[in-house]
Amino acid sequence: MIRETTLNAALLVLLLAVPLAALILDELFIITLATRAVIFAIAGIGLNLALGFGGLVSLGHAAFFGIGGYAMGILAYHAQTYTPLIEWHFVIDGTKSMPVIWLTATIASAIAALGIGALSLRTSGVYFIMITLAFGQMFYFFTISWPAYGGEDGLSIYVRNGFAGFNTMDPITFFAICYAMLLAVLWLVARLVRSSFGLALGAARQNEDRIQAVGQRPFTLYLAAFTISGAITGLAGALFADLNRFVSPTMFSWQTSGEIMVFVILGGVGRVYGPVAGAAMFILLEHVLGGLSEFWHIYLGAILLGIVLFARGGLIGLLAGREVADD
Amino acid sequence: MTDAVLATKGITKSFGALTASKDISLDLRAGEIHALIGPNGAGKSTLIKQITGSLRPNSGNVIFGGTNVTTLSAAARARLGMGRTFQISALAMDYTVLQNVVLGALGQRGGVFRLFNRVMKDQELLTIADQALEQVGLSDVRNTRTSELSHGRRRQLEVAVALTLKPRAFLMDEPMAGLGTEGTAQMVALLDRLRVQAPILLIEHDMDAVFALADRISVLVYGQIIATGTAAEIRANPQVREAYLGEEALT
Amino acid sequence: MPLLLFIEQLLNGLQFGVMLFLMAAGLTLVFGVMGLINLAHGSLYMIGAFAAAATAAATGSFLLALMASLAVAAIAGVIVEMTVMRRLYDRDHLDQVLATFALILIFSEGTRWLFGSFPLYLDTPAWLKGSTQLPFGITYPKYRLAIILVGLAVAAGLFLMIARTRIGIQIRAGENDREMVGALGVNIARLYTLVFALGAALAGFAGALIGAIQSVQVGMGEPVLILAFVVIVIGGIGSIKGAFIGAILVGLTDTLGRSLLPLFFGVFMDTSSATTIGSSLASMSIYILMAAVLIFRPRGLFGAA
Repeated sequence: MIRETTLNAALLVLLLAVPLAALILDELFIITLATRAVIFAIAGIGLNLALGFGGLVSLGHAAFFGIGGYAMGILAYHAQTYTPLIEWHFVIDGTKSMPVIWLTATIASAIAALGIGALSLRTSGVYFIMITLAFGQMFYFFTISWPAYGGEDGLSIYVRNGFAGFNTMDPITFFAICYAMLLAVLWLVARLVRSSFGLALGAARQNEDRIQAVGQRPFTLYLAAFTISGAITGLAGALFADLNRFVSPTMFSWQTSGEIMVFVILGGVGRVYGPVAGAAMFILLEHVLGGLSEFWHIYLGAILLGIVLFARGGLIGLLAGREVADD
Repeated sequence: MTDAVLATKGITKSFGALTASKDISLDLRAGEIHALIGPNGAGKSTLIKQITGSLRPNSGNVIFGGTNVTTLSAAARARLGMGRTFQISALAMDYTVLQNVVLGALGQRGGVFRLFNRVMKDQELLTIADQALEQVGLSDVRNTRTSELSHGRRRQLEVAVALTLKPRAFLMDEPMAGLGTEGTAQMVALLDRLRVQAPILLIEHDMDAVFALADRISVLVYGQIIATGTAAEIRANPQVREAYLGEEALT
Repeated sequence: MPLLLFIEQLLNGLQFGVMLFLMAAGLTLVFGVMGLINLAHGSLYMIGAFAAAATAAATGSFLLALMASLAVAAIAGVIVEMTVMRRLYDRDHLDQVLATFALILIFSEGTRWLFGSFPLYLDTPAWLKGSTQLPFGITYPKYRLAIILVGLAVAAGLFLMIARTRIGIQIRAGENDREMVGALGVNIARLYTLVFALGAALAGFAGALIGAIQSVQVGMGEPVLILAFVVIVIGGIGSIKGAFIGAILVGLTDTLGRSLLPLFFGVFMDTSSATTIGSSLASMSIYILMAAVLIFRPRGLFGAA
């Protein structure tokens, strides 16, 4: 118990210390890497709520990551081209304000997750995996064939969106914003896991008969978890789009879903801090292996295969020495 | 029957050519233990599934606490106060004993969709949970992980979770299964005390336990109830002796 | 739309459906018999296509290329089954998804490393170039017609094999009750390897056939894999019949959607908006079909209740 808490704290400190050190050494690229890790961690934390705590193996979380990204892209595109987003009996303009974009991204991906979840949760097991994957792919092809927002080429946003008067184009400032969001999301999920809802959700994952016998429908619990999960991953998508100042259909691709799942698994399924460790490790591998060979995905695949076959508790599990986290 | 807490009215269920339940009418009255016995393959599990709500009958009704619950889900029946235990322990194995009972208390109280409370610090739930653990004698293992419990203690925990639901009726599917002599004796004593709290529909293979506990016994053979009566009546019933106790004597 | 053009689109849909069936058959067999969800099935499709392209480039023979696709994909299947898959049969679906995702990374990057990032081209043989005359004045490309016929023949062969042969009986028994097959004295490990290799060979074969229409490149397998998933979700997992019906449905919906929807919207809006909306909707049509099937039959059209 103590070991894992210490490990989690160490992880957060490290994630903050690396970009600060990079700032002193004037290695701006490292700050961007750390920002990526933080954003991927948020995406993974979202998925982990469904996957780790609800036992819902979703291979379609790219849908929410992409919706978050496009929420940012579309709002900022209309703001930078001075065209209204909706012009009907009333006019809605685009915006360059991060909080508004975050809210839109979160709500839009929550609505999508509610819809996809309501359909996909009619099934379970391997059907669920395939269906979530297919819905993700549906968004991918839709964005490719819908020309209004760049189609296959995506959308470029020239200036990063604004937040409360900070200079968001400054890498360390943007990192700090993302890091603060990570802390907020970690706090939120840690609370959720310990709440009534978290207790019931975990019970549904472990035994559906049990949760029914105490008067609760697993479907409702799963759907709520899936919706919140999608919303968090959508928020990460908006941040990711802002980091790159670019959105494209790639955010919706099935590889994105697979990678988000990898963050969760590398760190350890069903641990609140697991995706943080996983995303950091992924970025580290990408950087180190990517420097060694152009074909670094081969090594990533081999490492992932090894973890799945031989080390099921993930990184935190290996270091804390236990397979499953106690609550 | 005005004092029936739980009743089935002419339940019939077929799977293709096989009729697993034939016009079954059965009732559970306040204060009693009503045992349902029958040889393997008699259709006991099919009947339980229809009573608890995981299977819907082709015809007939299930009445619980004066309400027709035939079309309600298992979860809805549980909320109405149907406290059940499973033939194979259905517990959240990664949770502690206490978490399992708190879950039951939570299901009964409602507010499952509270997202930011600290459920394991909720005094109201903890009180109900600890009372239930006390009653089945599991207080000493309250913080043990359920997967580390012995088989017998898991069965007791199932009863404790059912207790937290403040049930109007218990439905217990072979609670003695796999218990040793001592475990069975403990369980018999526990059920004997419980019937005052709520009547028990008991599905059980252990004939000694059944005859020791049951106020009434119904015998299910080939999907039909062939007799209902007191222990003495059932022992004396020639049809039952032929269909059931004869086989029991063989095994 | 003129009737002839419509019939041509119908045939295109059928051709696409038949190809999807070759992919979906292996997936659904592997899931039905071994309970394994294999994301790397698309990699076997890619491997078949690359084997065919390399063989055709070396020998100039299309038939040899097809045989190479079958053989190389089957061998790759056997190797993967014996080294990785058999450790996954008893694992949960999450582990299977991750391990086979890892295999995709390894196969894709490995292929890129061997063949480079540029697409290869597999040419159709001279005797299948051009079009042929069908009844009622329909002209249709010979090669596509050949794909339809070969695909239907393979499907028929597969049905016969499962209905009539010893191995077919073992497969069906395996779908119903895995322990029973063991009790019957069947060598389970060998049966599993065989089923996996069969699925792999079919996928590789499909890759080679399609490789001659499209280009042969890394990443070509995954879009087809996901469509094959849609197919077996619609048809019902484990059902070969379901896979066939589902594949034809998906093939027709996608192809006809792409050609008909823009025309349909053209009736009440200008051409460019109609093309935009029509093709966007068409790209979603099969997923809408899947959602519709799920609402009415959550286990698919032919899935076990």
